[in-house]
Amino acid sequence: MKYVRAFFKNNGVQSLLSSILCVIIGVLLGYVALLIINAEGAWEAITHVMMNFFTWPEDGPFRLRYFAQTVVYTVPLLMCSLSILFSYKVGLFNIGASGQYMAGAGIAIYAAIAWQMPWYVCLLLAVAAGAVIGAISGALKAYCNVNEVISGIMLNWIILYSVNMLLSSDITKSPTAETYHILHKNPDAMLPTLGLEELVGGYQYFTIAVPIAILVAIAVSIILSKTKFGYELKATGNNKNAAKYCGMREKRNIIVTLCISGALAGLGAALFYLTDIKQWEVNASSVNAMGFNGIAAAFLGCLDPIGAIIASFFIQHITFGGGYIDLSVYSSQISSLISSIIIYLCGFVLFFKYCVNHLIDRSEERKKKREEAALAAEENEVGGDVK
Amino acid sequence: MEEQFAIEMLNITKVFPGIIANDNITLQLKKGEIHALLGENGAGKSTLMSVLFGLYQPEQGIIKKDGVEVKINNPNDANDLGIGMVHQHFKLVECFTVLDNIILGVEPNKYGFLQKSEARKKVLELSEKYGLHVDPDAYIEDITVGMQQRTEILKMLYRDNEILIFDEPTAVLTPQEIDELMQIMKNLAAEGKSILFISHKLNEIKAVADRCTVLRKGKYIGTVNTKDATIEELSAMMVGRNVNFHVEKTPAKPGDVVLEVEGLTVASKIHKNNAVKNVSFKVRAGEIVCIAGIDGNGQTELVYGITGLEPVKSGTVKLNGVDITKASIRKRSVSGMSHIPEDRHKHGLVLDYSLEDNLILQTYFKRDFTNAAGFLRRNNIREYANRLIEMYDIRSGQGPVTKARSMSGGNQQKAIVAREIDKNPDLLVAVQPTRGLDVGAIEYIHKQLINHRDQGHACLLVSLELDEVMDVPDRILVMYEGEIVGELDPKKTTQEELGLYMAGAKRDEVAE
Repeated sequence: MKYVRAFFKNNGVQSLLSSILCVIIGVLLGYVALLIINAEGAWEAITHVMMNFFTWPEDGPFRLRYFAQTVVYTVPLLMCSLSILFSYKVGLFNIGASGQYMAGAGIAIYAAIAWQMPWYVCLLLAVAAGAVIGAISGALKAYCNVNEVISGIMLNWIILYSVNMLLSSDITKSPTAETYHILHKNPDAMLPTLGLEELVGGYQYFTIAVPIAILVAIAVSIILSKTKFGYELKATGNNKNAAKYCGMREKRNIIVTLCISGALAGLGAALFYLTDIKQWEVNASSVNAMGFNGIAAAFLGCLDPIGAIIASFFIQHITFGGGYIDLSVYSSQISSLISSIIIYLCGFVLFFKYCVNHLIDRSEERKKKREEAALAAEENEVGGDVK
Repeated sequence: MEEQFAIEMLNITKVFPGIIANDNITLQLKKGEIHALLGENGAGKSTLMSVLFGLYQPEQGIIKKDGVEVKINNPNDANDLGIGMVHQHFKLVECFTVLDNIILGVEPNKYGFLQKSEARKKVLELSEKYGLHVDPDAYIEDITVGMQQRTEILKMLYRDNEILIFDEPTAVLTPQEIDELMQIMKNLAAEGKSILFISHKLNEIKAVADRCTVLRKGKYIGTVNTKDATIEELSAMMVGRNVNFHVEKTPAKPGDVVLEVEGLTVASKIHKNNAVKNVSFKVRAGEIVCIAGIDGNGQTELVYGITGLEPVKSGTVKLNGVDITKASIRKRSVSGMSHIPEDRHKHGLVLDYSLEDNLILQTYFKRDFTNAAGFLRRNNIREYANRLIEMYDIRSGQGPVTKARSMSGGNQQKAIVAREIDKNPDLLVAVQPTRGLDVGAIEYIHKQLINHRDQGHACLLVSLELDEVMDVPDRILVMYEGEIVGELDPKKTTQEELGLYMAGAKRDEVAE
């Protein structure tokens, strides 16, 4: 019993529990929403959302391929959530991850098609673009005390239209409203697969982006927990006065943090668009949601880089799962609605953690009271004997 | 006839996970008396008061008012019962007038419009009756700390509170202001108000209180008539052993100048003037120099200027003859300056870091703790932390991995002192190093400061505690409104003389 209690008191276990609790409540709420809209198909719909690629039969090639598709879409989300959690450790809320992501995408695609650059150059340019955008927010914060949320949001829009403009040129824009397929214009800019696609039933978009993303997550985890740099960043995030007091360069740390944060988001975009799975829509009039979903993924993953891997995959999983809802029963927006409800609930991890903690304390208090009562009763008995 | 008690707290027990904060404590406050509640930090005084205000519900025990049992579930209940409190840190709106602050929350109004004239009349009457002399139209930010405290007192009186609680009210006052406060408290008691006076300053308790209840480590030790007990007896009750009040030390042997401050001017963060005005002084190796003064006379800003937390406007700071006026904080730190900060939670610690991570806060970048590739050398850090924990007797739940947040204030401070002194600095800047600590910890930290001095290092002490100012340093510099108004020899001066300098009533023209 004692071990069980110690187990639940453990911070990591609590984080995990609250994340799972979030997911469960999110799914329940989603189910309720489906019930309200149309009770008949609700159960089928919610199971489809949760099953995603498992909907396909085990022996066919589709299950593996759709699994691979989910993973490929997880990569950019994971990078964005790493971007968010990295800056969050320093007490900064990098809502500009979307902008940094779009900047990375824009440069990567433009370099690939217009400049005919090989994939690694495109990748590095995207990283640099994200880093520069992040550094702008950082410098504004450090030197002019401009809130990084405000500058981030504004930069998001500036970048959206800048990238649209950049990619609208005839070199990059195909006759449709999208950019050309990189495969048709410059196959050298495609991320190599190194035979990875064989593992997932020949799904050609399954590239080295996947292992790169996982390695980056591990690297972020190591930087935060094992290095001097991580020690400084977390100290600044926890108590910036103390950081200043012990001579850490707070301003530099803010800029470096947002710079790295931006680089992560930019890298995420390159790892996605250079697979050629999707093309840029030059008429897009809303900020790419990847950076915002990254916030949910970061929190659902308990602000832990390894947790972020699982959380990003889960969020992508239910997003695709939404696509399996029977559209003859529900309207086409329903899949987005359900996954949004679940993602929204993911933001409540810290709240649920508090609840879990509270529950444990309460049960401990009650137990103590029972013990005390038992002790008092015993004493009474003893007293009775003496009499 | 049975005695009349205004408020009785009988057999109160309050348990927090892992600690019994109040263990069967009884406190009986007579009508019209001044009753002191004495105890070290962590003795359970605050918990007991929180129970009285309904912030905590006790596991056992009852509260009676005028002999009738009452249930206090929240501060509003306490207010309805006529219980009021002057907090240690005033709860006043700085940019409001005295009158606005007094009526805050109980504004007299007609159809939602303020009716201030009645309120003003009542405030003036009360002020007159108890000799408080407060101008109702002055703004809080313009009046002295003593006046602010009287505003707090008026707040309680305006609400017709019968039971007045003063939580360590003298900590921020000059000796003269303390005398006035004592008089006010006596007036209030004479008018039939019952006063609970929380303090750990024995001479004040002796001077003003009729009876005194002593708590130690959550337990009720006893209640005594103050006129029958000596200060030594009270102190032994509070601490559980005899305490050496006097700091043992040999005469100082001043050597070379370590810190030289010349014409230092630092801007104020709050107001648009200079908080430190053209201050010059020297601190030599092998001596402790104390900056004395009432809180808010520029000491904080002076320290910020010396340690680099804020830029200076003009003047120079030299450490070992090297001009460091514009040097970074890190540069100052590695060239031999240590700083025990005034606010240990704001500056001194990263509360969510473990004890060991806090112990390397000033040295984490050194090769001992970080290898060439930028990775922390965890084994070395653990070893170092264990050494400091043992040497400086830092107590915590789980040793080096304890979260700093979960440690007691005294041990947090010990950790900071250990970290700063272990750097073996040429100059140790210690700002209120014993603030909020119990007698045992104070004794310990004073010993460390003197040890450091005896090893031939310089120490600049900034203190608000008169006892500390008189006992620890070799020289005293008194600061008043941003200037150094006098240099005193602690062996020759008296607390009264010091008080006159601190209040600005006396000053030497040539203070160097």
